[in-house]
Amino acid sequence: MAETHSLQDLRQQAAVAAKVFIQRDYTNGTLCQFQTKFPSELETRIDKQQFEETVRTLNNLYAEAEKLGSQSYIEGCLACLTAYTIFLCMETHYEKVLKKIAKYIQEQNDKVYAPRGLLLTDPIERGLRVIEITIFEDRSLTQ
Amino acid sequence: MKNCDYQQIDPKVVPTYASPSHIGTRGPRRVRRKWEVFPGKNRFYCGGRIMMAQQSGVLPLTLGLILVTTGLFFIFDCPFLVKHLSSCVPVIGAVLFVFVFITLLQTSFSDPGILPRATLEEAANVERQIDSSGNSSYRPPPRTKEVLINQQMVKLKYCFTCKMFRPPRTSHCSLCDNCVERFDHHCPWVGNCVGKRNYRFFYTFIVSLSFLTSFIFGCVSTHLAMSTTQQKHSFSYPHASFLWFRVMFELVICFFSVWSILGLSGFHTYLVASNMTTNEDIKGSWSGKSGDVATNPFSHRNVFVNCCSVLCAPLPPSLIDRRGILPVEEESAQMCHADIQLPANKNQRNMVGAPAHHPLCLKPHSKLKAELAAAASACLSVVKVWLSG
Repeated sequence: MAETHSLQDLRQQAAVAAKVFIQRDYTNGTLCQFQTKFPSELETRIDKQQFEETVRTLNNLYAEAEKLGSQSYIEGCLACLTAYTIFLCMETHYEKVLKKIAKYIQEQNDKVYAPRGLLLTDPIERGLRVIEITIFEDRSLTQ
Repeated sequence: MKNCDYQQIDPKVVPTYASPSHIGTRGPRRVRRKWEVFPGKNRFYCGGRIMMAQQSGVLPLTLGLILVTTGLFFIFDCPFLVKHLSSCVPVIGAVLFVFVFITLLQTSFSDPGILPRATLEEAANVERQIDSSGNSSYRPPPRTKEVLINQQMVKLKYCFTCKMFRPPRTSHCSLCDNCVERFDHHCPWVGNCVGKRNYRFFYTFIVSLSFLTSFIFGCVSTHLAMSTTQQKHSFSYPHASFLWFRVMFELVICFFSVWSILGLSGFHTYLVASNMTTNEDIKGSWSGKSGDVATNPFSHRNVFVNCCSVLCAPLPPSLIDRRGILPVEEESAQMCHADIQLPANKNQRNMVGAPAHHPLCLKPHSKLKAELAAAASACLSVVKVWLSG
């Protein structure tokens, strides 16, 4: 996609001013959730509500990926009966939701973050440890 | 809203360091995958699809015992039992054997839930947050962070190798040199760690193995009992000594396996039902040793829900992305990290006829030649000065 390529070029050509890391929130156990606390470095760049909405949507998507429901039980039992060989041919529920998450992050970057000189990195590229937000130098100030 | 200079950039305008055109000028490059530069002590096969610990442990012995015992069972006991008992015997045996074999391979060859190490920026960020006073000692005291999980304080330890605070239930395996999520134990019998991603394979393996060994034990005992109650000529084998050797071998293996594997299955069933790991059980993390009533904050307080969450939860993805293609910047960083301190010798490198690579990327032998040449020319200039003086 041309937009993706332009974001990658943005990453390489524009100077990186700082990187902010949104850490994991373990208050509900080992479920993948991120802290919604607004970092001070982003105060001049983006609205608090916008940021919190992004993180909350991501948290909901990860909760959906790890949800223990009837679908996951059926998938688990079927997998057990086939000695887990269906994982070799079938995409798991988690992987399907990860694709949704990647699409959402791409969309957020295109619509909300790139116009403000920010870039969200998909947490899966950082081992689901952090959401990395790259802050690019604001060229309009230096001109 | 500020008018930032971040319009749609035409990708064809300026080729960057990592763009395909730049790669084209350097000549054809073999695509490298992330497993080739994986920092932990693991072995990879089939292009990164299969991974194991560095030492295979006693995995060959496990495989050998299972194959030999099952083989003997199929060759010698099945024909007799099919004739005198039921034709279901080999079918049940085959199904159990297939289950055991497949789950063993899955346990041994899959990613147990390894956490990739923190990137440089992440590690620097964590270091800055912990140690803003500028501690100059080489190895600061162990750093911990307390978090409240389901109304209970849990300590998260800092991993010096992986440069991050370990998530809850994560432990660093010293044999594999990796942090593994929901670390259970490192099993030498399967030659791999047992963690979040392969625990269900391991559990199915030991449960089906206990069924298989009990089944074979039962069949061999039945065969023996039925043979001795029949006429003398029921021993249709050429050598009675071989028969007794085989029977004893199978019985002994199965007897010891039954007790140990059944015991292990029972133990792990208890762990699954209470949503605990072997590591936590051994360390007594939730046994309230400190005097406080410490309960497992990860348990759902319901045996059925615990079992489902451990065995039937959606399988998490592998976080290490072994088959991912290594980005060119990372690859160059890997190749050139030793050469970054040689910018002054760039001219000498050209003099000694070093290959026309990127200035920061030299092979070690060229670097040595460059250094020797620099040292030689420095000596020469000193000698010249001395002679002229």
